[in-house]
Amino acid sequence: MAKQPQLQDYSAAAARALFRTRYGIDERALSELLDVALSRGGDYADLYFEHRQTSSISFEESKVKTASGGITQGLGVRVLAGDSTGYAYTENLSMESMRQAAATAAKICDRRDRVGPVNVAEAATPDRYHIDKPSIEIPSAEKLSIIHRADEAARAYDPSITRVNVSFVEEVKHVLVATSDGRLSADFQPMLRFNVQCLSEVGSSRQTAVDGGGGRLGMEYFVEHPPEAVAREAARQAVTLQKGVEAPAGYIPVVLGAGESGILLHEAVGHGLEADFNRKKTSNYSDRIGQPVASELCTVIDDGTIDHSRGTINVDDEGNVAKKNVLIADGVLQGYLQDRISARHFGVAPSGNGRRESFRNYPMPRMTNTYMLPGESTPDDIVRSVKKGLYAKAFSGGQVNISNGDFVFSVTEGYLIEDGQVTHPVKNVNIIGNGPDTLSKVTMVANDFKLSDGRWTCGKDGQSVPVGVGMPTVLVSGITVGGTKQ
Amino acid sequence: MAGGSALGSALGAQDAELLTVAEDVCRRARKAGADDADVLIGAGTEFSVTVRKQEVENIVEASSRALGLRVIKDGRVAVSYSSDFTPDALARFVEEAVERAEISDVDEAAGLPDEGYGQVDPASLDLFDPDIEDMDGDRAIDLARRCEQAAFDHDPRITNSGGASYGYNTGSRVLVNTRGFAGASRGSGCSISVEVMADDAEGKKRNDYWYTADRFFRNLESPEEVGRKAAERAVRKIGAGKVPTREVPVVWDPMVSRTLVGLLARAASGELLYRRSTFLLDLEGQPIASRLLNIVDDPLMPGKLGSRSFDGEGLISVRNELFREGTFVRFLLDTYTARKTDRRSTHSAVRGVGGTPSVGTSNLIMLPGPSTPEEIIASVDDGLYLTELLGFGDNITTGDFSRGAGGLWIEHGKLTYPVTEINVSGNLKDMMRDLEMVGNDLDFRSATVAPTLKMAKLMISGL
Repeated sequence: MAKQPQLQDYSAAAARALFRTRYGIDERALSELLDVALSRGGDYADLYFEHRQTSSISFEESKVKTASGGITQGLGVRVLAGDSTGYAYTENLSMESMRQAAATAAKICDRRDRVGPVNVAEAATPDRYHIDKPSIEIPSAEKLSIIHRADEAARAYDPSITRVNVSFVEEVKHVLVATSDGRLSADFQPMLRFNVQCLSEVGSSRQTAVDGGGGRLGMEYFVEHPPEAVAREAARQAVTLQKGVEAPAGYIPVVLGAGESGILLHEAVGHGLEADFNRKKTSNYSDRIGQPVASELCTVIDDGTIDHSRGTINVDDEGNVAKKNVLIADGVLQGYLQDRISARHFGVAPSGNGRRESFRNYPMPRMTNTYMLPGESTPDDIVRSVKKGLYAKAFSGGQVNISNGDFVFSVTEGYLIEDGQVTHPVKNVNIIGNGPDTLSKVTMVANDFKLSDGRWTCGKDGQSVPVGVGMPTVLVSGITVGGTKQ
Repeated sequence: MAGGSALGSALGAQDAELLTVAEDVCRRARKAGADDADVLIGAGTEFSVTVRKQEVENIVEASSRALGLRVIKDGRVAVSYSSDFTPDALARFVEEAVERAEISDVDEAAGLPDEGYGQVDPASLDLFDPDIEDMDGDRAIDLARRCEQAAFDHDPRITNSGGASYGYNTGSRVLVNTRGFAGASRGSGCSISVEVMADDAEGKKRNDYWYTADRFFRNLESPEEVGRKAAERAVRKIGAGKVPTREVPVVWDPMVSRTLVGLLARAASGELLYRRSTFLLDLEGQPIASRLLNIVDDPLMPGKLGSRSFDGEGLISVRNELFREGTFVRFLLDTYTARKTDRRSTHSAVRGVGGTPSVGTSNLIMLPGPSTPEEIIASVDDGLYLTELLGFGDNITTGDFSRGAGGLWIEHGKLTYPVTEINVSGNLKDMMRDLEMVGNDLDFRSATVAPTLKMAKLMISGL
């Protein structure tokens, strides 16, 4: 921050420079640490250095309640011996502590056949979220003005809006990954997240709703997403819920709106295609490559290369360049999301999906931005085709059981469809399906593809990573809606 | 026992050092212009081993520490965190934290507590197992292997494993503030867990897991018992299918009934009270639930996972009743939410290094009732035994509850076929009223616990 040396540009080179100048982590140090990590044998080792600066403003009752922030830095050391992982980490970037972490991770091996020195050379990385300046370096007055604009717009939207909470969360992460196969990759990863929550009160009936977004960018986020628009959307959803009727209970057709509905893919397909589960054959998609797992209308992609998207990464947390990977083509399963361990197991190239929450965690196969390609129907055709069903538009989250394929997602804005028309809004409702079964019931796909605004965070084994989703409007001809009205 | 003397006697050299750091940071904050400040330091060690199909999958071992500083200047609040404890870094860190407070607006309710400081003698709470760190890697691997093997041995239909783990953590928590509070306590925890699966039709796998967790290694279930229970739970799901949509009685397994208690405690949080975003608003003191509903939050139970000697603001730990015989007794409050609602703190603050204190629970317990789980199941003629919940479909503002579910069907008082890919829904207000039986089977494997319970009716969505 203020009294530390400022880094002139925001790129991989800046990340590289930060670790070298501030902590003395140069080629020699990297080589020495990798040597310690492999001192008891092992097939592979990597070092993951992270410097993460965060700042957040929480705003409530038209006041900034708390400003918070800080810096964490650390090193995670991983040693692989076959499929076994030894992992250790330290927040202390002194050579002594780092050597100790490397020696701890090395304990996974006991062969004592020292591998020998490793030299690393810098690998080229793409630049998919170049920004002029991260918002964290912008004076707070500018952010406070954004926050106040949101607060006022939400209150002005409707007299029933009695409370507005706004949060403005920023992060910049510098990472450096050095591998024992000689690669050195660096990345600068900005992230912005803006959130508005509204309470609508009509008599004793109270409803809350949230909207927000962001991505790997700075204040330019607000050019396309004025704070007023985000605030009005949150207010609109809260007010709409006031008119919510009981949601239907039972197995019915559901139309999923464009954009946010991508959460369906994330749960129904994405997690089950993470290669660690498939290497262990614990997923219901195990051994099914080349087989139909969805209707022919479904082509599903995981794409870490979309400029500035929340789920985008230049390189993954094992130093592999992120890619655009086709998971399902015309309903047929094409491949899994790979990290280094699983790619080796399957004899394929890493797909750039080895991600981790922080230096405290070892990487796993994870999604980036997961979406379905558009089809040829129009959204209107799709709604008109449904006699009695549910139209689902906004969601609060989802979950999946990898092994049996059951997945859920929670609808926070949904409507009844009656005789081909969207009619009454419904109360919050959960939907439960089963991966391949539900995907085989996708009977119409519209031409209105939309990427969700950057708001989703994915959890797996206690590790959270930012992700994106996207979807055109689709019809699922039958799925279980967990309402209360039979 | 009195707090002061206990603090000295229970402190290890490391905790004493952390206290010195925290006191120093507090002093610096005052010097830099803060009116008040408090400092929380968390320092800990983690170790875990996972094996899968008897091969070591991973071993993780690390120590870490981090410091969080809250400053209040002219009624404005800021929080900063760091893991860099070098003197230069800390000096810069404190200055920045005080500068950061200028971003905030004046908040009259903000600030440190005025009263209630203190701590229960940590030794009386049995928070720390001194033997836990003696575990060496080979013994830990052996525990995990035995656990997984027991699952495979229990039933030949168990064909795969998601892995078995043994892990422990130890940690110290130090809190110091400018009003003279200085507290430190050390805790431990350990667990054995395993997830196994059986093959079913259409490539589906029926999985389940079991775990044992405690502050003390000697109180854990044996690894064999953990493996056997996981296997039993997984194989009974073979052949699971959907059931027709209708309203039926539901028996909640303790694995899921604790979710319900957690939701009720969230609804009883002072944060949602002052934000007017809980369905319990205006219901304090009223009989709103079945007389069988008794919920307490009790940080004073010796040896339990959620026990603590002081809360996240340095207030002495106390037991709080949330529900007594169906009456909603009180909201849980920290200092801020108490001030916002003209009440007194219930000493329910929790605090992490990265944020301000907030309202949370310690050992959150739904008190047991008179019935055995067998009696409860036997009382249902046609209904669902709920063992699994999926998703987050709850709305605390309205009380609407809707989640994915799985379990076993009950016919004529007996568990029969397995059920999956269904949904259970209702409203928490109705669900509390519809509580018909409460089991006598509390199992303190987690900080939030509840026994088996029966609800007169819930909507089941399936076919």
